[in-house]
Amino acid sequence: MISFLDFEKPIAELEARIAELRTTAESGQLDLAAEIDKLEKKSAALLKGTYGKLSPWQKTQVARHPQRPHFLDYVRLMFTDFIPLAGDRRFGEDEAILGGPARLNGRKVMLIGHEKGNDTASRLKHNFGMGKPEGYRKAIRLMEMAGKFGLPVVTLVDTAGAFPGVEAEERGQSEAIARATEACLSLPVPMVAAIVGEGGSGGAVAIASAERVLMLEHAVYSVISPEGASSILWRTPEKAADAAEAMKVTAQDLLALRVIDRIVPEPLGGAHRDAGAAAAALSSAIGEELDGLTGLSADELTERREERFLRIGRL
Amino acid sequence: MGSDRVDPTAQKNMASQGMSWITKVRNSLGSLGKRDTPDNLWVKCPGCQEMVFTQAWQDNLSVCPRCAYHGRIGAQARFSQVLDPGFAILTAPSVPENPLNFRDSKKYSDRLKAARAANPYPDALTAAEGAIDGQPVVLAVQDFAFMGGSMGMAVGEAFVRAVERAIERRCGFVMFTAAGGARMQEGILSLMQMPKTTVALRRLSRAGLPYLVVLTDPTTGGVTASYAMLGDVHIAEPGALIGFAGQRVIRDTIREKLPEGFQRAEYLREHGMVDLVVDRHELKATLARLLDYLTRKDVA
Repeated sequence: MISFLDFEKPIAELEARIAELRTTAESGQLDLAAEIDKLEKKSAALLKGTYGKLSPWQKTQVARHPQRPHFLDYVRLMFTDFIPLAGDRRFGEDEAILGGPARLNGRKVMLIGHEKGNDTASRLKHNFGMGKPEGYRKAIRLMEMAGKFGLPVVTLVDTAGAFPGVEAEERGQSEAIARATEACLSLPVPMVAAIVGEGGSGGAVAIASAERVLMLEHAVYSVISPEGASSILWRTPEKAADAAEAMKVTAQDLLALRVIDRIVPEPLGGAHRDAGAAAAALSSAIGEELDGLTGLSADELTERREERFLRIGRL
Repeated sequence: MGSDRVDPTAQKNMASQGMSWITKVRNSLGSLGKRDTPDNLWVKCPGCQEMVFTQAWQDNLSVCPRCAYHGRIGAQARFSQVLDPGFAILTAPSVPENPLNFRDSKKYSDRLKAARAANPYPDALTAAEGAIDGQPVVLAVQDFAFMGGSMGMAVGEAFVRAVERAIERRCGFVMFTAAGGARMQEGILSLMQMPKTTVALRRLSRAGLPYLVVLTDPTTGGVTASYAMLGDVHIAEPGALIGFAGQRVIRDTIREKLPEGFQRAEYLREHGMVDLVVDRHELKATLARLLDYLTRKDVA
């Protein structure tokens, strides 16, 4: 059962009507096939229309949809033989950031990403995808391992932001993020990052400083959450929609700003309506990007990465 | 944002208490008529709340002579306190202005205009080349007075240029950080300054040149989570607030009181994130000694 977002209310109402008609039809008293068919077409058209012109704030809600596929869904749907490796060898294990070697269509990669969890228990286990220093330090460890053994790095970015808590500050959240960003930039192997849900600020950039950055069609990527920007700049939590609009958080805006390189289309109505289709599109896009980087030397790769970021802010 | 200017109403209250000590002192200054007494004759120390003569405050490097509170200072004061005479300010780079055409309750371009009118430099980071006790250096300062020191494209590009200049001159790079974080009005483009400045530091490191960070009050957000934490050595000024997340955000997350001294310079030193907490009077000498140790003969 799909949970509908506020702006999907008209679609939800149509779907409820269709379900009702189906129940009536099943009881065998009336032939409602034509009516159901008509409503289904109407619902599909409405879905297409709605998702064809989502506002930045609506996209933010889609990107955070509780049923949106997360890291472990993508692992299941598009990777094989994933070996999750644990721990930063310094303090502990952080399940907000998962990673390990895996195969993408047979190709060996080092896979790293945020996992938000799908229900209360798993959300708590993964701390809602908000990484702590040990999570970022584990990512560094895995990136270094990838460099050592020649595995390209693939990251799936999906976090509201790095965890804002006392213990995270105590253990050097800032340093961990800064060093993880540096680790991305230092990789002697290809790196492709995909923002699959929320790309929340420093907690995202720490594993997204790649030479190729992709975004799912309805993912968002921003320096601060629209709610945060609203409360700081507008001094009210009410202006999140305006903040999302003003900050340019959508894949379409970020492609125009050349902050990302490619948009991966989502199935109609968003990735949460067909996780398999979303994963298939993501898998082929990442595969193509890795193909394009094959054969480049370590120097060429780091050079590309460096130029990519140096050019941002130059006239 | 802490102002080191005395609150004018407080001053009036004190002055109205008949012939108070402040009036006596004021009257003893022949050059100052009662009517044109500048508001900034006195500084109220944000640490101990005592009134300090502005001149005494400045002579003491904007450190309170009573409680050693380290006041916030801008680029000009920093350059003259740390660099040998004869330093040269680097030209501020031109960057795209208001790239997102951003507007919150005010237009970003108007906020920039106001900040420029109130500050000596065109954005929040200014760099200079010169020497510290004779050792060549490029030094950059982030000014909290300019839109909270926030890091946008101008800050990122000025940082990169300053590092490039240090590489050209084969000298160390010293960075005084101060910022609330990234400049939200530049959206994702401000976030991209984190990897961008890191690229420059990788080049500095490859050139075998030292990078010294001086964390000043306050340094938070994306600035802390990038170049502020990538130094060969991290120095902090006493009492400086340094952190990733803001205290209000953390309080809202954990819903309990924050530990004593949380996110202060001394706390970061205790937790292994900062090497030295150095009084402003000792800063120049400390930087000079470190630069001497970390400058390789085969590089210089």
